Parts: sequence; C-alpha cells; structure tokens
Amino acid sequence: MKYILMMNTMRAGHGVPGWKQKDLQAHIAFMMNLNKDLQRAGEFVSAEGLSFPDQAKQVRAGKDGTPITDGIFPESKEFLAGFWIIDVDSPERAYAIAAKISSAPGPQGAPLNMPIEVRPVMSAPPPDML
Amino acid sequence: MKYILLMSGTKAGTEHYHAWSQKDIQAHMNILHKINKDLSESGEFVATQGLSQPAEAKVVRGEKNGVPITDGIFPESKEFLLGYWIVDVASPDRAYAIAARIASAAGPGGVPTNMPIEVRRFASNEPPK
Amino acid sequence: MTMTAMTSKWDANSEHLLRELAPQVLGTVARRFRDFVSAEDAVQEAMIAAFTQWPQEGVPENPRGWLIQVASRRLTDQVRSDIARRERETTVAREAEVIAPMVDLKSDSDMDPHDTLILLFMCCHAALTSSSAIALTLRAVGGLTTAEIANAYLVPESTMAQRISRAKQSIKTSGVGFRMPSPQERAERLPAVLRVLYLIFNEGYASSIGMQMQRLDLAREAIRLTRAMKALLPDDGEVTGLLALMLLTDARRAARTGPEEELIPLDKQDRNLWDQEEICEGIELLTAALAKGAVGLYQLQAAIAAVHDEAARAEDTDWPQILALYELLMRVSPGAIVSLNHAIAAAMVHGPARGLDLLKTLDSQLSGHYRLDAVRGHLYEMVGDHESAIRHYRIAAGRTTSIPEQNYLITQAARLEERST
Repeated sequence: MKYILMMNTMRAGHGVPGWKQKDLQAHIAFMMNLNKDLQRAGEFVSAEGLSFPDQAKQVRAGKDGTPITDGIFPESKEFLAGFWIIDVDSPERAYAIAAKISSAPGPQGAPLNMPIEVRPVMSAPPPDML
Repeated sequence: MKYILLMSGTKAGTEHYHAWSQKDIQAHMNILHKINKDLSESGEFVATQGLSQPAEAKVVRGEKNGVPITDGIFPESKEFLLGYWIVDVASPDRAYAIAARIASAAGPGGVPTNMPIEVRRFASNEPPK
Repeated sequence: MTMTAMTSKWDANSEHLLRELAPQVLGTVARRFRDFVSAEDAVQEAMIAAFTQWPQEGVPENPRGWLIQVASRRLTDQVRSDIARRERETTVAREAEVIAPMVDLKSDSDMDPHDTLILLFMCCHAALTSSSAIALTLRAVGGLTTAEIANAYLVPESTMAQRISRAKQSIKTSGVGFRMPSPQERAERLPAVLRVLYLIFNEGYASSIGMQMQRLDLAREAIRLTRAMKALLPDDGEVTGLLALMLLTDARRAARTGPEEELIPLDKQDRNLWDQEEICEGIELLTAALAKGAVGLYQLQAAIAAVHDEAARAEDTDWPQILALYELLMRVSPGAIVSLNHAIAAAMVHGPARGLDLLKTLDSQLSGHYRLDAVRGHLYEMVGDHESAIRHYRIAAGRTTSIPEQNYLITQAARLEERST
C-alpha cells in the first residue's frame, strides 16, 4: 500500500540551518542512508525535495485564464518541504519509516523530531482528482 | 524543469464540495480529466495523485523506545493537501499557466472555483548543469 | 521470414551494434517509403523485436537487412490496413493500391552513409522544442527505446512517447524533406544540432552520480552521436570543438563526487582520478579544430576545459590563459553566466577584490540567481571577509535547486563559521 510522507516547514525560520559542519554532514548522511535502506527493502517509490518556500507561487486564474501569480500566502501557512512515497505492507511500517525520518539528527546530533505527515495514497487517482 | 502543483483544502471546504450536485461534480471531474489528458499529449505529464481524506492521516513526531509517536488530530480549519500534479515543463511560466487552468476548473453552476494552486519547483538530486 | 542457419551469439557488443544500425535502417526505410514519421515508428518496432528475439535466437547474418525487412513489412501492413479502412469508410472511387517495394537484402544501393547526418538535422530542426528534439534524436539516431529515454529523464514512458510523437508531427508540418540540407542550410542549422547534443551531454554528466547509476549513460550517448557527426563533418571546427569539450569534461567525472556523494569543486578534485586518455584525445581534437581558423563557442569552452585539465595540480592552473579565453568568449557568446565565470578568472589573476568589482556589474542581470551569491561567497572568503561569505553562501543555498549543491554551500558556510568561533 502506498503512503506519502510529508515534511513541512514554516516560512519564517526555514532556510538554511546554521549548524556545525559535523552536524550537517551527519544529517545529510542520515537521509542518504535512509533512502538507500528503503531502496534495498523494495519500499522506495520516490523522494523529492522542493525548492524553498520563498520561491513558492500561489496561482489563480485571471479573467481570460491567464495566471495571476502575486497571491500572498497566509503568515501561518506550513509549506511542503519535501516528500517520500513508499510502498509498504502495513500502516505500522509507514509510521515506523516516518518516525525514522522524524528522528533525523540535528544540532549536536540530537533527533529533530520534525512532524512528518503520513497519508495513504490512492493507487489510481480517486474520482475527485480524475 | 519539474514542478509540483499543489491543491489544498480545509475540512469545511471538502464537505462543501461533497455537497455539490452530481452534475457539478461530474463537470468538475471532466475538466480535471481533460487537463490530465492534454498534459499527457503535450509530453509534460509526470504524475498526478489524489490523497485520502485526513481522517486517515497521522502526524508522526519522533519515536520513543522504537515506537513512533503519532497524533491523528487535525484542527478543523487546518489546510491539508488534497492532491498534486507533477509536470515537466520548459519554463516557470508554463507551470503557472497549467496551475491557472487547474485553478479555474469549474465549480457549482459552472462558475470557476478559483481555488489557488501552489506551484513549487523540485529540487534536483543532481549537481547544477 | 526465413531463419538463416548462420546466426551468431548475442554478446556484450551486440546491443551497441544494434543501436548503430538504427539510423542507417531508418534512413533506408524512410527514403524508400517517403514517409519519415511512419518509418520511424516502424523502425522502432523492428528494434524492439530485435532486442527481444536476437538474444534468444542469435544475431542474424545480415542484421541490417533483417531490420529493414521487418520495418518494411510493418509499414506495408500499415499502409494496406489504412487503405482497407479508407475503402470501408468511403464510397468514393478506390485509390491505387500500394505495391510494397521488394526488399533486396543483397543490395546496398539504398544505403547512404550520410543518413545519420540527415537524421540529425531533421531531428534537431528549429521547429521542434528542445525536449522533443532531444527525445526524437535519442530514439531515431541513438537507437534507444522510448522506455530507456524516459528512464534517463525520469518521466513516464507515455510522456516520452508523446514528446517523440509531437516531434514528428512538427517535422511533418514544417515540410522538411528527407534529404541532406544544402551547405547554406547546414551552416544555419548546425548550431541547433550541436545545442541538442550538448544538452544531452549535460543531462548525462549531471546525472552520473549516486542513485542515478541505474540510468542510461546519456553523456556516453552524446559523445557517441557527436563522434558520428564528426566522422561525417570532419572539417567543421565547432563539431570537433564540441566533441573535445565533452571529452575534456567527461574526463573529470570520477573525481566530481566524494564517497558520500558530496560535490567536490574543481580545485579540490583528486586529479589522479581524471581520465588521461579522454584528456589526451580532447586536446588533440581541440588543437586540430583551432588550427582551422575561426574560433567558435564550443571550441572556446573546450579550450578553457583543456587549460584546467592540463594542470597537474590546482595551483598549476594557467589562470591568465583562462582569463584571456573568457574575454574572447564574452565577445563570441556574451551572457551573464559567461561574465560570471570571467569574474572568477579575473579574481584568480588580479585578486578577489577585482572579481567582486566585476560582480557588481552583474547585479541587474543575475539578481536572485543562486550562482551570483555562490561566487560572491567564494570571493568574500578569498578576501577574508568571512561574515559576508557565510551570508552569501547561505543565500545561494536557499536558492539553488540542486540538493548536492545546496549541501555543498551549507557546508562551506558552516566550515567558515566554525573557523571564526
């Protein structure tokens, strides 16, 4: 069963962490190894990072269908920073993987415990999206 | 260049949608279906996905003794992701144009819903070209 | 179809052989049936049939003839069925029947060694978008399957199939015939072909790291196609220049990333890992190209790559030579990124303060572009202004869309920050 695991970020305070080199490297290596483990286990479908929220655009359609791109996002909006799509045998396995991602190391190697949202993904687009 | 186009909504919003007439829901679906078809034909389509309702969603924050710490409660007003399109296009303007088309998909009575579509560029796993 | 008794075993070279045949077969069939669009589909089907059958049944004695026969048969069947359908659908008088041309497996009279070149000019025609030109070139000239190309570009197969289909429609609409362009047309259209090949190379070179290992090596494909082009246009300096540029760049591939897949900049690479054979060949080609007189965009870029590749250690790099080359490049092909690279070279020759001055002139053209901040960060570091360097590295990290680049920039900032505490 497919799940999407989403990592969100607030706009303020996002941005490039000012961590020590050692901690940065540990974090990067952790994520890389996580993806490798998922691939080896045959659970990996895809993983994508998104460009930072300051480059996000909110698009509405103008009168003749042309895009209006100067929409302002609410201050409190959480932005998607990246996501994984995994294919696993049970919801418990999906939560376990999310927990692992969530516990990625940050400053001084302490687990970040970032909130990771876990949602089942439809195997075919549901009628709503078709 | 790859972009993700995100459609979000609130619980109230989706309940409202489910209360549209059958005709309006069908018309809305047909428009989205046509958009997907056109994207396939133009060679820009990568993926589209709908997500299940947040009743099925969990938020995981870390683990304790190897057990995930989960929380399933979404505040009523919180926006959540309904679904997305991933497209591979020649320019940012093309991504915005596709988003505008999705945003203007008709709603009840044929009036465009004009819900905003968030457009985000993918980061790449490759060094810059 | 007759199965000849003389087949040879499918081995490691067979796939390469099959791919080489693709454009030759396409040329022959397209010319014979005078329908490039349908011929390309038919040849693709024949290729897939070959990939499926030859590993099991062996490579036919005349592989080229086999492919032509299978493709021709498919085309004939298609034409017959189209006519039959039209006859069923219309009450108007019948159209003349198409007689399928006899395929003479022994005759080479249809083969034109320039078919690959004709195809390249066709597939890279200005009427096509870059992405469709790339897709069609890789299939029609490269002999790759749609699935392989889709995988290389990380899009679904159906999407790639559509790009190819649209590419062919553009060709049909533009009325480009299957013939060698005149020398004047060739001169006009060559830049587009070189650009497509360069784009393919760049995509391949960028993706040749880490988890992307499973994908097709597009860089090798681009080099192979450019070689084929050079064989047919041996006197063109830019074609040779492009091949040299690809080889001189590809030579550094193994040194570009570290064990953790982290990016390693040019001045920190382990030059023992550079491919000396490719460098040698690149320099030879470049020397020959430059001797022809006029110096173009690719030759200049190749020359810059050559100067880097010739230095045994980073500190041996002949920066004044590179600076001079960038000054030339700025005249031949002006642009903000070229100016940016010129500023780096100027910094290496005249000092970082000079580089920073030059960057000021680029603010309007490159504002918001991550590379401007990345280069600023680097120059501020050289000058000793760590605070500014850290700030610009972080701004750049927030703007780049490349994760390895982002990691690199964040790490640089962290390194500097630790130094000053």
